[in-house]
Amino acid sequence: MFNFSDPTVLLTWLLSAIIFLPAVGALILCLAPRESDASTKRFSLFITLAVFALTVWLAIPGGRVGNFNFSQPGMQSIVNHTWIPAFGINYMLGIDGISLPLVLLTSFLSVLAMWASWPITKSVRAYCALFLLLETGMLGVFLALDFFLFYVFWEVMLLPMYFLIGIWGGPRREYAAIKFFLFTLVGSVLLLVAMLMLYFASDVSKLSQAQQVASNLIGHGTKHTFNLLALMQLGQMPDSPFHQTLLWGQSLSWWAFVLLLIGFIIKLPSVPVHTWLPDAHVEAPTPISMILAGVLLKMGGYGVLRVCYPVCPDAGYHLAWLVSGLGTVSMVYGALAAMAQKDFKRLVAYSSVSHMGYVLLGIGAWSATAGTSYDPNYWNMAMNGAMFQMIAHGISSAGMFFLVGVVYERVHHRDLDKFGGLFARMPVYAGISMVIFFAALGLPGLCGFIGEFFVVVGTWAYCKWLAVVAASVVVLTAGYILWTIQRVYLGPEYKGPHADALTPMTRREIAIAAPLVAFALLLGVYPQALFKYTEPTIGKTVVQKLTDWAQASPKATGHDVTEGRSQ
Amino acid sequence: MLDIKTLLILIPALPLVAAVLTAALGAPILRTRSHLPVVAAIALSSVASLLLLARMQEQAGQGRGGQETVSLWRWADVAGDGQNAARQEALSPGHSLSRDFRVDVALEADSLTAAMLAIVTCISTLVAIYSIGYMRGDLGYWRFFSYIGLFVFSMTMLVSATNLVLLYVFWEAVGLCSYLLIGFWYERPAAADAGKKAFLVNRIGDVGLALGIFLIWTTYGTVDFREVFAAAGNSAGDWRTTVICLLLLAGACGKSAQVPLHVWLPDAMEGPTPVSALIHAATMVTAGVYLIARCMPLFATSVTAQCAVATVGGVTALLGGIIAVTQTDLKRILAYSTISHLGYMFLALGTGTLLGVTAGMFHLLTHAFFKALLFLAAGSVMHAMGGVIDIRRLGGLRRRMPVTHWTFLVGCLAIAGVWPLSGFWSKDAIVLAVQQRYGSGAASTLFEALFVTATFGVLLIDFYMFRPYFLVFWGKERIPAVAGGHAQESPRVMTAPLIALALGAAGVGAYFAWTGSFARFLAGSPSLAGLGPAMGELPRSGHESIALLSTAITLVGIVLAAFIYLGGPQRAARLARAMNVIGLYSLSYGKFFFDPLYHALVVWPLLGAARLAAWFDRRVIDGLVDLFGWLPALVGAALRPVQGGLVQFYALAMMLGLLAMLGLLLM
Repeated sequence: MFNFSDPTVLLTWLLSAIIFLPAVGALILCLAPRESDASTKRFSLFITLAVFALTVWLAIPGGRVGNFNFSQPGMQSIVNHTWIPAFGINYMLGIDGISLPLVLLTSFLSVLAMWASWPITKSVRAYCALFLLLETGMLGVFLALDFFLFYVFWEVMLLPMYFLIGIWGGPRREYAAIKFFLFTLVGSVLLLVAMLMLYFASDVSKLSQAQQVASNLIGHGTKHTFNLLALMQLGQMPDSPFHQTLLWGQSLSWWAFVLLLIGFIIKLPSVPVHTWLPDAHVEAPTPISMILAGVLLKMGGYGVLRVCYPVCPDAGYHLAWLVSGLGTVSMVYGALAAMAQKDFKRLVAYSSVSHMGYVLLGIGAWSATAGTSYDPNYWNMAMNGAMFQMIAHGISSAGMFFLVGVVYERVHHRDLDKFGGLFARMPVYAGISMVIFFAALGLPGLCGFIGEFFVVVGTWAYCKWLAVVAASVVVLTAGYILWTIQRVYLGPEYKGPHADALTPMTRREIAIAAPLVAFALLLGVYPQALFKYTEPTIGKTVVQKLTDWAQASPKATGHDVTEGRSQ
Repeated sequence: MLDIKTLLILIPALPLVAAVLTAALGAPILRTRSHLPVVAAIALSSVASLLLLARMQEQAGQGRGGQETVSLWRWADVAGDGQNAARQEALSPGHSLSRDFRVDVALEADSLTAAMLAIVTCISTLVAIYSIGYMRGDLGYWRFFSYIGLFVFSMTMLVSATNLVLLYVFWEAVGLCSYLLIGFWYERPAAADAGKKAFLVNRIGDVGLALGIFLIWTTYGTVDFREVFAAAGNSAGDWRTTVICLLLLAGACGKSAQVPLHVWLPDAMEGPTPVSALIHAATMVTAGVYLIARCMPLFATSVTAQCAVATVGGVTALLGGIIAVTQTDLKRILAYSTISHLGYMFLALGTGTLLGVTAGMFHLLTHAFFKALLFLAAGSVMHAMGGVIDIRRLGGLRRRMPVTHWTFLVGCLAIAGVWPLSGFWSKDAIVLAVQQRYGSGAASTLFEALFVTATFGVLLIDFYMFRPYFLVFWGKERIPAVAGGHAQESPRVMTAPLIALALGAAGVGAYFAWTGSFARFLAGSPSLAGLGPAMGELPRSGHESIALLSTAITLVGIVLAAFIYLGGPQRAARLARAMNVIGLYSLSYGKFFFDPLYHALVVWPLLGAARLAAWFDRRVIDGLVDLFGWLPALVGAALRPVQGGLVQFYALAMMLGLLAMLGLLLM
């Protein structure tokens, strides 16, 4: 177990350290004698920095243990140990081009959010401990390859978030926290049901020897499995065990897909299950808003991409209209609702609904379906766009919430009609805000544009009208963002209370915002930096496999493929 | 050592470096010297552009291909899974898969690009020098020059992009610079509003452009200009090409302020005057013209698209001219004049002939000079008059501001097209192109009507330009009180660029028209290949008659303006009354009521929809959510009486339950 010369052991420790280092830090905070608030925060920041350093190690290409290998599109750095053998539950972790960017985003934003927590004064020790526990949950979700483990981390994340909103939040924090909790709990329950359905329908013996090796099922004692790689392979088999009819003429795969989808789009969030988000954001303290928008929402998109489609391709194929439709509705509805907001933070929250709609649309636009032109390349572009959009939104939304927080800390209000003239009073702040807001607006050259562009190009082949609507949303987005800029930063004078409190940004605040600005620029100018990681994985392990499945599966395509061919 | 590739990189790179430098050091260190890096960089860029032009001509003279490409880095590569070939085989022939999506950040020089680069950087240099004087003492001095540097970078990148995606990126980037510079004096609500409006209206056009790019990608499987043209040549007559052209036209309409998306440009005059001269007259607004000229091989295959471009251009030329006649703000008169002249360029491009395209680009060149000149001269007036630009409050300035007066007069004569100034040559070329088009080719009725429109438009130009000229520089001296003691000629740093531009506006047309070198040079661009014989080699018959006709019209216009505006206010009032018999005056003065119309048809419905969405969210969706939240409590309340703690009740319930079970068992 401590034989570090063995790469497997070393890898286990590395990945486990990434996940559990924050939890250990939280434990130390609970057990250690009371220290000053400042040193508690410094300790927590140190922990998040250490985790960030470890995740950067994962992203470095090279041959050393844990380094990223570009020639391996599938899962790499897999760690697999039995955990609860009686039920075939394993402690299985792994990295690929989908999870790695999200892991990095999580550890990166955790550092910034922790540093942004400096103004917190209420029970700092508890705050830091819960924050670190939250980080463990988030990283675990992105690294877990065992569905049960995934679910455990999913739940681990929920409770700290509830308390962080409910205790350190604004005036209506209890309402917001319970709303967040209930919504997420409903999602979790659906997730649990779907997980158990898939588990009991799974049958390891149906997999060939080679497939078992590929899914790391060595020494698997039980018939059923939670192994996500195995579930994907089972789901994509022509005679998949998930094809059995379950209820109302729909297959188990269909029902599992629907349940999982609802569970994930609550997190995403998509219309109509999004209303927890504005409330949670408005009440949450600034750093928690950053985490919430920057990371937690991505779990929804990650879940759809990682679980829904690969495990239940049949339903994904037939419900592509639903998924992409929900995405488009979210985009339009979120943008319109944002336009009507008077509260700065609420506006940013609705912009998240709108922007995450692109993610759903990009994933759902299964243009490898027939009927449209049979062409997986477009879906690949849309999916990569969705993935890019997740990272880009992580940067821009975290930045926006931070910037709202900066001004809220000074004047203690968020009423958009009572700002104005901040450009003159806080020039650096206004300059940084411009970059971040324009990144959210989707200005080319900044990160927001790339995701939107690829999603819409990909959607074009799936459904032209949907693409036209999606492309037009940029006008609405520009509308509410420019209007916000005008109301907050431009104009002759500041119209709200506490005008004398509008001091320039501190060095700490600039240092938090600067990396976000830098990444917004970098990803916009050189998007290939991210596509290099995501494209092989999405192209070869998601789009390729599902396309092969669609071609092979008579049930799904049948006449469809030939229709595509005859075009 | 300075080969074409290096020059191509240097031209945009220098202003970018200067812009970043100024942004970083402007406030703390450079302060009143903030113009130094940007002005130097743009000047060097213009030298580089002229060098590039010379090199290109050298190459063309040697018979080598007139293009050079330089790839900087791979922007995005979403290459699919590399299984395309295998999958393609499985499909029936005739259905082809899309190609891998690879886009490079790459620049290319052909003659069209080289010409645009030279125009952009030379005008930018003069405007930047002028701004040293104009913007002196402004709090945002460094910010201004930083934005200008960013703009020159974006604009030069735009015209040297090799593919449509990169073009789109910088298309938006110049829009951002425009937004920032219109709203430069952000503390003025009108400026902030105007910036927002410009960006939003442009975005509407940009949606069209983006969809056009998507359709190009799905149709031809590439976004690289040269590959697209090659593919389009093979699939002439495809309806998709027409749709692509119309979508590109939508984008061009937004950027180049063509009807119906022209409403942002007059408001954009809220920005500092050098910005109006550089971005909103000479360079950025011509990006739409450039786009269409660049994509000429696509437009050449579709008569419908040509007609659409020409109609948009013709209608805009007329509308802009009519509105300009009655405006009272000098800068807005110039703005509507710009709209109208861009319309002329579109009209020329719409002919789809080589003569038309070179005429349009030629007009772009001459217009850049005389319109920048007019704007800067107007800025000089504004500078001296304490910011007043209403022509009703000014008069008789020719003695106090002699340089401004003479240069403005040169600008007016050039824009009016008086022989031998530059406007004469380029406008005649356009009219000639339209005339030739209706003489031969499809849709001749439309082009005949457009010919009449264009000729009538010439009369309007003379009238609306000489009206402010006579009012501001002649008559009784009128100086607004706010001018105070500044009512004098502007400093030399401002008048020198005016003189330089005046020389250009006077001479550039004649030089290129006589030598014919502009047309010959442009014809070497792959975008214009295959459009027919060059202008220099065209039969000149009919040209003299057009020159005579337009000169006659010009003189009539100038004399009319002189008669009305030198003779006292009552003549103008009488004319206005006469025109208003058919409502023309009100229409013109009210700018054809586009703004209120758009407010009623677009802005208010959208805001209404936004409110509705927010209300729906709060009341309906959240209402349902809260209802669900209350359900457990309601159920609890309903069940609470059952557990009253009364033991007898429990016993009764137990008995009843037992009986019911027994009954069930027995049945």
